[in-house]
Amino acid sequence: MSTIWQCYSQDLEYSGIEVTNMYLTKEEERILDGEYGENYAKMMNILVKIGEIYGADKLIPITSAQLSGVSYNTIGDAGLHFLNSLKNVKVAVKTTLNPLAFDERYLDALQVDATLFKKQMEIIKAYKNMGVKTTATCTPYYYDNIPKFGEHIAWAESSAVIYANSIIGARTNREGAVTALASAIIGKTPNYGLHLDEERKATHIVELDFQPEGEDFPLIGLHIGKKVQGIPYLKIKGDNDDFKLMGAAMAASGSIAMYHVENLTPEYKNAIQGNLERIEIEKNEIEKMKKSVDVELVAIGCPHVSPSELRKIAEFVKGKKKKRGVEFWVFAARSVWENHKELIKIIENFGGKVMVDTCVVVSNAGKIFHKIGTTSGKAAFYLSKDKFGGAEVVVKDLYTLLRSVIE
Amino acid sequence: MILKGRSIVEGSTEGEVVKFDKPLVILSDIDEKKGEILGRDIKGKIVVFPWGAGSTVGSYTIYGLKYYGNSPKAFILKKAETIVAAGAIIANIPTVDKIDISKIRDGAHVIIRNNEIEIK
Repeated sequence: MSTIWQCYSQDLEYSGIEVTNMYLTKEEERILDGEYGENYAKMMNILVKIGEIYGADKLIPITSAQLSGVSYNTIGDAGLHFLNSLKNVKVAVKTTLNPLAFDERYLDALQVDATLFKKQMEIIKAYKNMGVKTTATCTPYYYDNIPKFGEHIAWAESSAVIYANSIIGARTNREGAVTALASAIIGKTPNYGLHLDEERKATHIVELDFQPEGEDFPLIGLHIGKKVQGIPYLKIKGDNDDFKLMGAAMAASGSIAMYHVENLTPEYKNAIQGNLERIEIEKNEIEKMKKSVDVELVAIGCPHVSPSELRKIAEFVKGKKKKRGVEFWVFAARSVWENHKELIKIIENFGGKVMVDTCVVVSNAGKIFHKIGTTSGKAAFYLSKDKFGGAEVVVKDLYTLLRSVIE
Repeated sequence: MILKGRSIVEGSTEGEVVKFDKPLVILSDIDEKKGEILGRDIKGKIVVFPWGAGSTVGSYTIYGLKYYGNSPKAFILKKAETIVAAGAIIANIPTVDKIDISKIRDGAHVIIRNNEIEIK
């Protein structure tokens, strides 16, 4: 009898009553109440409200943060004003930054005017004052900010989020510019979504009738992003660079924050539970996305190139001469550039430019060039939009693009 | 009529409703420098819409409404998400969600008392 009554009373307790309050520690409550000042209270308030909205039970500690909202072209004077209002606030964990509007060595090539330069530098200074490592890359996971399997992190930058979840097995939701900053400052994130085991299972099985190669990876990514809301499971083979391009594209064209690839994603063995929705992709659907254009710019490195991509490029162009009338730009993290100067030299001798701190999307490149060739489905997605210049963009595999720029 | 929701940013105010029936792509649908959403003047108004969508940098666009002196008096939403919630908190614009917005007409006069909305 008593057992039945207990169950019944529990039902009564939970039915119709919404639990909106998260558990907060005494210290977290003190921060929220303003004991550490208004700015910390505001940042804590953001995490608590987001936690309530998405049903988190508590806040959990994070080991690192990656911030978007860095380029003056996107956050403007209002964003700069907000960052400057966070005086005396410091980040609590290792925090790195997304790319900015330029590489200081290439201000002319990127058509950077005095205002853009000045405002961009003020933004960087504001982040630096908070203790942020001003790395300016969308691939912090090569050298600058390397999460480990199972670690909880709060990353913005959708291509880095999907890489961290799917290739590394670290755990992050798709944080926003402001929520990632709040998490960096408090050192915690609300416990919901991809931080939880049960939310990391596959939701769709994607079946291809062919084994993808080269540019198929980013094109499949664009395609899946439009079709799947959830976590796709794939049974294809490729290397980390292939999947980096695929993931970045699906995170750009859709809202995907994680995928599973058989034999690659650390958690793939436990990914499938029950019957999942199946999605079939036929080779001709991907072939239809392929086109050829005589391009003015070949841009590699969206997301920024890995050391192995940089090596492939250098080995291919070594001792060759670049064709006139087409620019060859490679975008890398500053740390990748510093660690592989011998490769950079080969590419520069060839006639290419290797830019750091910026990328083809957030710089003015899309407004300077109207026909662009790239390995990136993500870059194609953004650059073809009017706001980014509305260029005609063709996605090809690395070697096809390299062959097209050789004399 | 009184509707009860959840307070994202507390505050009490009243004013005229400007309503949008579809989710707003915050970064591109809001012109923070003009104080307009999809061409409609929202400065000093109560803005009602289902939820926000698009790039998360949109939180700074909401902050921009305040920065340029074009803040609405409040937001009323069906469902808050990251972009609008974080933006409204840093801009300190009173915001209520979990509201059945089909009950609120464009042009109506409403009074907001934290999580409670009175429709005149």
